[in-house]
Amino acid sequence: MNHYSRSQKKCKMVKKVKKKMVKKIKGLSLQVIPFSEMQTLGISERVKKILNLVLGNKIVILHGRLRAEEEARLIEDTMALVDHVKNFKGIELAVIEPNLKGQGIFVKFKHGFAKRLVGDNSALTVIGPASVIKEIKRDPKKLELWLN
Amino acid sequence: MLKILKRFSARILRSIFRRKDNLKIGFYGPPNAGKTSLANRICKDWTGEDIGKVSSVPHETRNVQIKEQVKIEYKGKSLTFKMIDTPGIATKIDYENFLKHGLKKSAAKKRAKEATQGIIESIQWLEDMNAVIVVLDSTQNPYSQVNITIIGNLVARKIPVLVVANKTDLKRADLKKVEAAFPEYDVVGISAKEGLNMEEFYESLFALSKKV
Repeated sequence: MNHYSRSQKKCKMVKKVKKKMVKKIKGLSLQVIPFSEMQTLGISERVKKILNLVLGNKIVILHGRLRAEEEARLIEDTMALVDHVKNFKGIELAVIEPNLKGQGIFVKFKHGFAKRLVGDNSALTVIGPASVIKEIKRDPKKLELWLN
Repeated sequence: MLKILKRFSARILRSIFRRKDNLKIGFYGPPNAGKTSLANRICKDWTGEDIGKVSSVPHETRNVQIKEQVKIEYKGKSLTFKMIDTPGIATKIDYENFLKHGLKKSAAKKRAKEATQGIIESIQWLEDMNAVIVVLDSTQNPYSQVNITIIGNLVARKIPVLVVANKTDLKRADLKKVEAAFPEYDVVGISAKEGLNMEEFYESLFALSKKV
């Protein structure tokens, strides 16, 4: 009897936790942007497109990566928005790329050549509002998103 | 084609007219990495004065701070440069984080506003640097996107970089992790606060100035 009540309690606890978890991730919205959609845009348009989505509380998963100057521009424009948009605290940003360390010269050359030819579409960029993503933990092989 | 020619001629002219004692060396990095602590250490060692205030509250430096004509004479070598200490670069600012450090709401909001403007200023100054010292906190994960964005921008602008892993006096410091994260750059482990390994830092600073 005692054992039964204990397992019942556990079941209830699991249900509660599940309910909590469902509640927490309710409303989370991801938007995947294919590389082709960004390829034709200029720096301002790219940054504007990303920030519009982030302001709509969406987590953007971008196929490819921004250029260094675009990343800097994204931070600049984000800071300008933090100043002017109520409750906007900024963004979390992370990029994951294929690890070419230890690969042969041919693989590196192929990768570099493809990058020059069609742009860097082998990476994946995650950008989200800081109010939704608490932290993105990054090591060379993985990205871990910690939500608020 | 015209653009390439313009850039090439500008670079040639710059290299002819830039005197080595007009070097502009910037201190970049995330907030609370110890940029101002390092700048202060150098200034105190060679000029006897501080460049700015340091604090454990992030975003203490919210304006670009400049020290003209810092002259280092070390082991028979001499280097004069303009030191530019910049506010820490971050992708988010939340005034509520400052409340945890004991600031009042109005002061925290003011600090957050100034910090956002400081970040914009830091990024805009990037173009003017001849060389940059990227100061990282060696107790933190070096793979943060801000670090990668800063170094990526310097590489894109062909600005020589020296990576400094600060706070090596702390137990959680991991110099090897910083070296592994940036294998293509010179990485020097120091403690600006305690003045540890400054000899190696000055050697690396001279080496950095030669790359300009």
